[in-house]
Parts: sequence; structure tokens; C-alpha cells
Amino acid sequence: MNGGAGDLIVQGEALTKRFARQKNDTITALDHVSFGARHGTLTALVGPDGAGKTTLLRLAAGLMKPDEGTLTVIGLDAARQPQAIQDRISYMPQRFGLYEDLSVQENLDLYADLHGVSHEQRAERYPRLMEMTALAPFLDRLAGQLSGGMKQKLGLACTLVRSPELLLLDEPTVGVDPLSRRELWDIVSGLVENEGLSVLVSTSYMDEAERCAHVVVLHEGKVLASGPPDELRSRADGHSFFVISQRQEPARKLQAELIDRPDVIDAVPQGGQVRVVLREREPLSLEGATLEATPPNLEDSLMMLLRQETHVRPAANAALELVKKEAQGHDVVIEVHDLVRKFGDFTAVNRTSFEVKRGEVFGLLGPNGAGKTTTFRMLCGLLPATSGTLRVAGADLRRARAEARQNIGYVAQKFSLYGDISVLENLQFFAGAYGLRNSRAEQRIEWAMENFELKQRATSTAGSLPGGFQRRLAMAAALLHEPAIVFLDEPTSGADPLARREFWRRIGSLADHGTTIVVTTHFMEEAEYCDRIMIQDAGTMLAIGTPEEVRKQAGEADRPARSMEEAFIGIVEHARERAQRQEHAA
Amino acid sequence: MNATLHRIAILIRKELIAILKDPRSRLVLVLPVVLQSLLFGYAATFDLNEVPYALLDTDRSNASTQFMAQVDGSGVFTRVANLTSASQIGETIGKKRAILVIHVPFNFERDIESGRGGVVQVIADGRNSNTGNVAASYVTAAVDRFNTQWNELRGGPTPALTIQTRAWYNPNMETRWAMIPALIGALSMLQVLMLSALSVAREREQGTFDQLLVTPLRPTEIMFGKAVPPILIGLTQSSIIFLVARFWFGIPFQGSLITLYSGLLLFTTAAVGIGLALSAFSKTMQQAMLYTFVLLMPMMLLSGLTSAISNMPPAMQYLTYANPLRYAIDLVRRVYLEGASFGYLYHDMWPLVIIALVTLPMARWLFRHRLV
Repeated sequence: MNGGAGDLIVQGEALTKRFARQKNDTITALDHVSFGARHGTLTALVGPDGAGKTTLLRLAAGLMKPDEGTLTVIGLDAARQPQAIQDRISYMPQRFGLYEDLSVQENLDLYADLHGVSHEQRAERYPRLMEMTALAPFLDRLAGQLSGGMKQKLGLACTLVRSPELLLLDEPTVGVDPLSRRELWDIVSGLVENEGLSVLVSTSYMDEAERCAHVVVLHEGKVLASGPPDELRSRADGHSFFVISQRQEPARKLQAELIDRPDVIDAVPQGGQVRVVLREREPLSLEGATLEATPPNLEDSLMMLLRQETHVRPAANAALELVKKEAQGHDVVIEVHDLVRKFGDFTAVNRTSFEVKRGEVFGLLGPNGAGKTTTFRMLCGLLPATSGTLRVAGADLRRARAEARQNIGYVAQKFSLYGDISVLENLQFFAGAYGLRNSRAEQRIEWAMENFELKQRATSTAGSLPGGFQRRLAMAAALLHEPAIVFLDEPTSGADPLARREFWRRIGSLADHGTTIVVTTHFMEEAEYCDRIMIQDAGTMLAIGTPEEVRKQAGEADRPARSMEEAFIGIVEHARERAQRQEHAA
Repeated sequence: MNATLHRIAILIRKELIAILKDPRSRLVLVLPVVLQSLLFGYAATFDLNEVPYALLDTDRSNASTQFMAQVDGSGVFTRVANLTSASQIGETIGKKRAILVIHVPFNFERDIESGRGGVVQVIADGRNSNTGNVAASYVTAAVDRFNTQWNELRGGPTPALTIQTRAWYNPNMETRWAMIPALIGALSMLQVLMLSALSVAREREQGTFDQLLVTPLRPTEIMFGKAVPPILIGLTQSSIIFLVARFWFGIPFQGSLITLYSGLLLFTTAAVGIGLALSAFSKTMQQAMLYTFVLLMPMMLLSGLTSAISNMPPAMQYLTYANPLRYAIDLVRRVYLEGASFGYLYHDMWPLVIIALVTLPMARWLFRHRLV
């Protein structure tokens, strides 16, 4: 390696990159960006969707040339010597190209062949990689059959088959559950500490950025701030508080009320309370609640930085215009009893029972492969149950008349609207499929365009939209017919903090107007937005109750788990240990 | 009922937008069928013109000159060489300079005049048996004409038997007349199968099919909504080929348009049924494509498009009964060239109805029960 620890391994000077979207329409992905990443450290690129994180990484990997400015990577000019750079670095793109029909071992061999790694080097490297990723027991399994977290680990292993001087990671933990996320980060930090690897990683998780030595905050192609996490955090000093409420209502209601206020920069439910970032350092006076100062975290300062940008809209604008639904019939809208689903020998969902009440926000939490999506598909009538009973709005959707499906809205995990037709045409189609006609259909489509800010993209094909727009469009399409129950599978996966706050603001207003919400999520802190949650692992229900109850269940008798993430990891690991013990006993 | 029709209409509209939105895909639906029907019309013909042949005339007599005048006058032969010895024959055929060598032997005239009868030897290139056969049969026709003429001039006895062939529905026996009408079914089937085979598989692969299944759309409604757009496109393509046949190649249309389109509608529906059933069975687009290609070749071969079904081994003939194209080609040829009416086409129509009635409900059932 050249240079000492203090030197910059990546250095960008006034980088500008533009893309032509359509005729006469160019986007400036990077606008005079200057930044640096140091040798032997972790550097994070953070910022909302469209900030330019991926573009910056692709420039550093020598896959594109900047329009203006210079970029030096390991002492080489990225625009002039891309091949020389690529020979010495490793780049893991957002969608890493694993061959799903090849086994884990075959994937590794393939990448080793591609990078010309000799057999001696492999013999030394493979055991290291297996030890780090714990993939050794799965070498013969097809990559396509791995869980999301294991796929990312295999992707990382394939990226690391040779020993690079610089590792570029583009959102390596999108769609990965907290347990796998923690394991992935342990691998990366280990490489930095033990092998002196330099890593440049983009992420939308602020807790991940906290683990880095240096953070660059990007927004719409510009650097808003950069520095060590401590320094960035201190920008929010004195602005962060916990609101301790004496009101008998879910934290999400207080959160919604707070985030709508102009003097509040950010509000998120946390540990049964609401964490706020205030515009001024003076605590605000709130009826029935007291404020308690708390040290800021990186997300607080990111939100401060973003809200200073004039055109970042407050999440309050995301609240939906809705008509209150009249309560009718039973209070329990979803009943699941002893639900089982098997695929051959494999039990995806094992004897699960729960109920959801009208107007409740019900969260399904669990690591990758826990059975959340399978449970979801059974509730929506897409998959028959092997045994057990389930009723959604009084009917088993698998067997009921088609009209029963009028009661539900469904937002799938991956974007599932028609990519080759326009936004408007998609909305028209789903309005028609749900039996909305003429002026009623027009009125609802207008509502959707207005409330989900889709107007300016009405004629773009849905497939060409950025991720944030696609997520909004999918949700809009599922709400056109004003369903009583909405199912959302990982709706915030890959969404930036701003989009997530908007999303939950919308969910809050739906629930307040009598719509029942069933949602799966990987973000444990988002469980705090739910009225009740259920934790699943390996198809089995491990815990159910209000977030408060689940935290208590996870902690010691006198000390409940502080955060939902802690509670989740505690519950899942505890259950796995117990299962292992039982296996040994048997 | 009304709500059902509305939902089907909405799905049809969406499908048509998705197929026709892109100007390139619109072009792909029109241009290839026009080009292919022109290609087939000009290239796929069993008729021979300007057959290259070589002559080895060792008699060099009056009679041999007269005979060769019949051959050259038929308009199908072009003489490429005059050979001088039998040893040249091998090279002439071997190097493909000629398809035929006509050998008029020494003493040809004397043999005729003596009443023993002359013999002409025809050596044909058997490497392409079809062409060789046809060319040889043209020589036979020339021999017939020579005999008649010879007898008339010499006042000899007229032969006991002469054949007068008159081809009905295709007076000049042109391959093109049989080929192009058959293409009205065959070429449009390609696109129809492809469109329908991809339609459900694409939605499955992209996850939109789940989204469709959670709407109040019933499987039957999805079936109609998915079937109508490829049927419309198939009929449009058939119409394009029909126009090429009628106006570019000028093949006269003898039947009624109503009969033709009724038959085509049944055929296209049966083909869409097969496509949709394949599609509903496939997990991915790649699978659907593969199934379609595996099916297409035998469907074309076992259809009577290029080789007559009656010449196939019995087992193969049974297979053709499951092939909608078999009925379509028979039906279109008969309506087009013969002007057959409904009553005569009954046996081509009911099997198509059966195929559609089996495959479409099969697709409908698979929509919800094929789990991927």
C-alpha cells in the first residue's frame, strides 16, 4: 500500500456529472462535489434518494467519467486510468450480480476466475471468507435459495475473493434484516481494523454511518456537510429532546402531532416516547407532556441539515385527505387461527394465531425468511394455507367471492405495477379493476395524484420513475378504492429517512380515519409507529403485543429493552438458542 | 354482468396500451408479416423456371433437333452447355452447372423411323430430389408433345391414351397460390402464440400478477381480458397477409369474407388458448419462450403448410389432429381458392372450438392454482 494512514485514498475535486433524461432535460447528479476518503478507514456517503451516492461510487470505480472536476483513486486519475484502478479495487453495486442458478461455491469460483485469483491464493482466501460470512454450511446451496441477508454476504465474499486496496459498497444492507445487517457490518469493520482495508460505503441508515470514521452528507448532488460523526452530531447539540407524555394514547399519535408543527424539525417514536429535534434550542411547552434533553444522534443532525434546504417539504404535507370510515360490523377485522403453510418438508409458517382490530396499525417483524411474506400472501388470498383458518374482513379471500377483495389494498415488496405504461394509465387501470367508473374514477385518480405528489410525472412510464416515486405510486394505486384493510410488504425498504417519515405520516392518517394497516418492516425503530407488533422467526411467532409489551418481554424483569432493535435481536437470538438446545436434547 | 364487462374492458385496454404504446413494438407487429409474406411468396415455390440443363446430342439428326425444340420451347429450361462426350456428364452434374443432362443417343432418328421407338436418357441431380423430380417431369411433358407432333406430321397412329390435366382452383398449379393463403393462418399464429405465451409469464415474473389477483378481477375475467388483445392482433395480421395475397400477388379471392373471418376467429382463439395455457403454466418468461419454440416447429411441420398431411405416417397424422394450424390452413385455402361456405367447413371448425374450450379454461384454472 502506498502512503500512511492519514493520506486520502479517494479524492474528488469539484466533481460534476450530468445525465440526459429526455430531450432537453438533464439532471445534475453531482454538482461540484469535493470530498475525500482516508486510507485504512471507513467513509460513509449518506443522503436521501437522488443525492448522487451511487453516481459518486461509480465514478470512483472508473465506470463513468465526470463531466467536470478531477477524481483521484489510489493515486490514479479515475477518468484516464479506469482499468488500472479496477485492477486494484473491488466494487459491490446495489444489485450485485450473483448467479442464482449456481451454488455458493460455484459463484465464488466464478468470481475468483474472473479476477484471475490463483489456486494458492484461493486456498488461503476461501477459509477466511467462510469464517467471516459463516457461509461454509451452505456451499452447495443455490444462490437463488439463500435469504436476502445471506445473498448480500455471498455478494460481499465474491467481491472480496481477491484482496483489494479499496472496497466500494453501494447500500450493501438494503432489504437486509437487523441481525444480518449487524453481521455484515462486523465483517466490514473487521477488515478495516485487521487488514487496514479502505472502504467507501453509501447507506441510508444513520446508525451505520455512526460506525464510520468520516461521513459525507450529500443532497441533490451537493455536499451539505462532511466530517467525523462526532462533529456532525454536535451540530444538533441542544436541539434533541424526548417528549414524555402522560396521555393515554399510542406514541405515533403524539409523533404525528409534533411532526406537523413548524417549530419541530423532526419527530420519531422511540421506546414508547417521541424523540424530537427542535428548530430552536428552547424546549416548547406542550400540554400533558414534559421535554427531557438528550444527546443528539447522527440522524438528528442529518434531519437538521436537510430541513435547512428550503425545498425539502415537511412530512406534515404527506398527511392524506381522507373521509372517516364509519365503523360497521365486528371490531376484529383479521382473525388468524393456527395458520400453517408448508412447502414440501419446509414449514414456512408454523401454527400462527393473531387478531387485528379495526383502525389498528399491525406490524409483522422478523428477519429475512421468517415467514412474513408467506403470511401476507395467505392473508391476501394469493396462497392457500396448509391448515388453520383465517378471516380477513369476514372472509377467507382464497375462497370468497371476488367482491370480498374490494375490501383490501395490497402493496407488494418489490414494485409491482406495470412498468411499461404511464403513471396515469396505471392508476386508470387499477381504478377500473376495482370497479370505479367515470367521474368517481376521475375524482379518485385526482386525489391520488394530489396526495402522493405524482402530478408532474403523470405521463412518465412507471418503470422509469425513481424508487421513491414508484413506492408512492404503488401505495396510491392500492388506496384508490378506499379499502378497509391495507397490506404493505416492506414498504420502506430502501427508502431514505425523509421518505420514511412521509410514509408513516400517511399511514398514521389512514389509521386515524379507520383504515386497518398490516405492515412488514425491517426497520425495528419503525415498529414504534405500530399499535401492535408480532415478531416471527423461522415461521414461528415469538412475541406479540404493543411495542411496549414486546420491549418488556425482551428485557430483564426490571429493565425493559431500550430500543426495539435490541428487543428484536434479544427475542430472536433467545428463540434460536432454545431451538438449538431442543435439537441437541432430541 | 355490467361490472364484469367493465372490468374485462379495462384489462383489454391496459393490455393494448402495453403492447402498442411503443412505436417500435407497433412496427414489429406489422412489418415482419409483410416482409415474411413477400419472402414466402417469392422464395418458397416448388415451381421451376429456367432450369439449367446440358445437352449431349450424339445423334445430331432432324428428329433430335425437333425434340430439343420442344424442350427449349417449353420455357422452363435454359441450356447451359452442349456436351460432346458422355465423360463430361459427371462433372457437369457434380459441379452443379446443370440440374439435368439430356442425352440423345446415336441412332435416335433411325430407331424412331424404323418403328422400334427412340430412347432419350435424362440424368438428374438427385441431391435435391424434389427439384430433380419436377425437372424430370417437365422433360416427360416435352416427350409427350414431341410424340404427338411427330405422329401428326408423319400421319402415324394416334396414341391410345393421352392425358389432359386441368387444375381446379389453381389453373396454373402455382405453388404461390397454395402457399400465400396458408400463410394467413401460419404467420399470424407465430405472433399470437408469442404474445399470449408471454402475457401471464411476464406478469408473474415482474410480480404484477399478484397485484392483479388481489383485485376483484375474477379468473374468467382475466382470461377474457388476456385473450382478446392477442386475438385482435392476430386477426389484424391475418388481414395484412390477406391484403398482400389479394392485391400484391393478385390471387383471386373466391369465398366470402364473413366465412373467412369466422374461421380465422376460431383459429386465433384456439391458438391464444394454447399460448395462455403455456403462459399460465410457466414460472418465467424464459420458460414460456422455450415452450413456445419447442411447440412451434412441429406445429408448422404437422400443419400441411409444406408437406401434405396425407403423405405422413399414420402416427404423425394423428398428431396433426391436435394442431389448430392444420385446420386453419385447410379452412383458409378452401375459403380463399375454392369459395367453400360454412357447410363445407364444418369439420375444420369444430376441432378448433374444442381446442379453445380445453385450453382457455385450463389457463383460467392455472391462474390461481399454479403457485410460484
